[in-house]
Amino acid sequence: MSRIQEAFAAGKAFIPFITCGDPDLETTAAAVRAMARAGASLIELGIPFSDPTAEGPVIQAANVRSLSAGTTTDKIFDLVQDLRRDVTIPMVFMTYANVVFSYGMDRFLSRAAEVGMDGLILPDVPFEEKEEFAPACREHGLELISLIAPTSEGRIASIAAAAEGFVYCVSSLGVTGVRSVITTDIGAMVALVRKANPTIPCAVGFGISTPEQAKKMAGLSDGAIVGSAIVKLMAQYGREAVPHVEAYVRSMVEAVKS
Amino acid sequence: MSTVSKGRFGIHGGQYMPETLMNAVIELEEAYNHYKDDPEFNRELTELFNEYAGRPSRLYFAKRMTEDLGGAKIYLKREDLNHTGAHKINNVLGQALLAKKMGKTRLIAETGAGQHGVATATAAALLDMECVVFMGEEDTRRQALNVYKMRLLGSKVVPVTTGTATLKDAVSEAMREWTSRIADTHYCLGSVMGPHPFPTIVRDFQSVISREIKQQLLEKEGRLPDAVLACVGGGSNAIGAFYHFIQDPSVRLIGCEAAGRGVDTFETAATIATGRLGIFHGMKSYFCQDEYGQIAPVYSISAGLDYPGIGPEHAWLHDIGRAQYVPITDEQAVDAFEYMSRLEGIIPAIESAHAVAYARELAPTMERDQIIVINISGRGDKDCAAIARYRGEELAE
Repeated sequence: MSRIQEAFAAGKAFIPFITCGDPDLETTAAAVRAMARAGASLIELGIPFSDPTAEGPVIQAANVRSLSAGTTTDKIFDLVQDLRRDVTIPMVFMTYANVVFSYGMDRFLSRAAEVGMDGLILPDVPFEEKEEFAPACREHGLELISLIAPTSEGRIASIAAAAEGFVYCVSSLGVTGVRSVITTDIGAMVALVRKANPTIPCAVGFGISTPEQAKKMAGLSDGAIVGSAIVKLMAQYGREAVPHVEAYVRSMVEAVKS
Repeated sequence: MSTVSKGRFGIHGGQYMPETLMNAVIELEEAYNHYKDDPEFNRELTELFNEYAGRPSRLYFAKRMTEDLGGAKIYLKREDLNHTGAHKINNVLGQALLAKKMGKTRLIAETGAGQHGVATATAAALLDMECVVFMGEEDTRRQALNVYKMRLLGSKVVPVTTGTATLKDAVSEAMREWTSRIADTHYCLGSVMGPHPFPTIVRDFQSVISREIKQQLLEKEGRLPDAVLACVGGGSNAIGAFYHFIQDPSVRLIGCEAAGRGVDTFETAATIATGRLGIFHGMKSYFCQDEYGQIAPVYSISAGLDYPGIGPEHAWLHDIGRAQYVPITDEQAVDAFEYMSRLEGIIPAIESAHAVAYARELAPTMERDQIIVINISGRGDKDCAAIARYRGEELAE
């Protein structure tokens, strides 16, 4: 069982996302440690990209803040290496295909594995293009996380059957960002995943911000993923954000586990 | 390279898109494969091309340029004479008709110089569809007249303020919008770029240009051209002008990229000259980017060529050496803009002026019985204020 699957085996998962280097890497390091303390099951570390086409305005702005502050992929590898001295929960990178491809796929994946990452989420690499990345990920012991969306329908079975780590279930149409209501039939999507692959955990993301939403989505699946709501706290409080993030993650963890 | 996914040109192309859009691009591919050989669809499209857009466009012998340059004979393919003033209408009429057949009621589009936006707004008006055009805020200032035209035609124009507020950001925003509304909406992509099947669909609709050039030149000269020149941003007018000559090895195919202030500066948009292999906007191709794969903030005086990538079929034609890509600076393009206006009484789009600029270098090196065809992809009315400003003159309306 991989470290990611062990995290899901421990009960409903809460998965926070943070953009590395927003507003700087020291704050990211402190925030990641705080989220781990607060009970996060797994953490998504965003490597900023100049043109994040799957992100809404909140995470787009975080990417700009991070890149403007001089964040690079190499500095993020160093950050993870430092975090791994004491952070033991699984961590996955969330970034765009070009960040990995341009760095050199093998070079990127071997460095990611070496510093202690567990997996990789690439929102612009669908099932059709997965084979370009998946074998190299496997070789380096990293799990390439697959996404399914409300529009996936007949594609869910094949995606789930080949999925590793967990399935990222996109709750709504559109880009990342806070939504007041999620109307998709998440239960039906999760059922299709489980039918095709009974052992793969399934976590729901996009649009979740409140403990009530997180509890509901985790109830319908194996966990809830939250990005924009945390990034909003980073935008609001900057270098002072860590206690706010810790309190928020703690409240979300409690909601998901209750 | 182990990749076997669809829509490849050599190693380039593919479908690097969010899962949310995958069924939409698959549905589009299936619809296109169904309609592309459908006689009724082709009859309707040909009628729109001929009766509405004014095709075939003229192939004009540029006698004065030919005499002045003292080498190869120069012909101009007059895509600037199409309705809406550029080649963009060819692709838009095809895609809008296809979208209508698919039951879509709403078109969204990105635009740089505004030519594709105006063409899409025009097709939407004609076919009674809703239309929203995304345009970089910087470009809405550079091309204010086209913004007004789109509104006049009944479209909504959304200024994009993210990133460099130019064409690449307009593409990103149109993709985001499509992700949020798919059922009734077709993304009418304006160039031979993006995920499969767009590079193929747009190329097929634009290939009418080279089909006509071939036939018209056979009638006038009884032979093939020696070189075909076109400007390249994403590359739709160029692929349209090249396509039916790809299998004719005697015809040199030359794409003219926007070098901005020069390929040795950071203010350039010349992708083949300064970019490297990457994955962006749904495709694998060449992109201007830094060592970490961050897409570069490119620059050109021409809003229509101000894009950090190039269509995957061009990247492949470059790889196999079938087409050649040359960088042309702002200064060369502006000179050519003025040159063709004075010599031929034809004001080319600043985009097309990049191809004219290279013809001025190439023609004198060729024999008098050789032939160059320059694709004049659009007309230059939209550029007059910007060129005047470049020369230090402010125009008042």
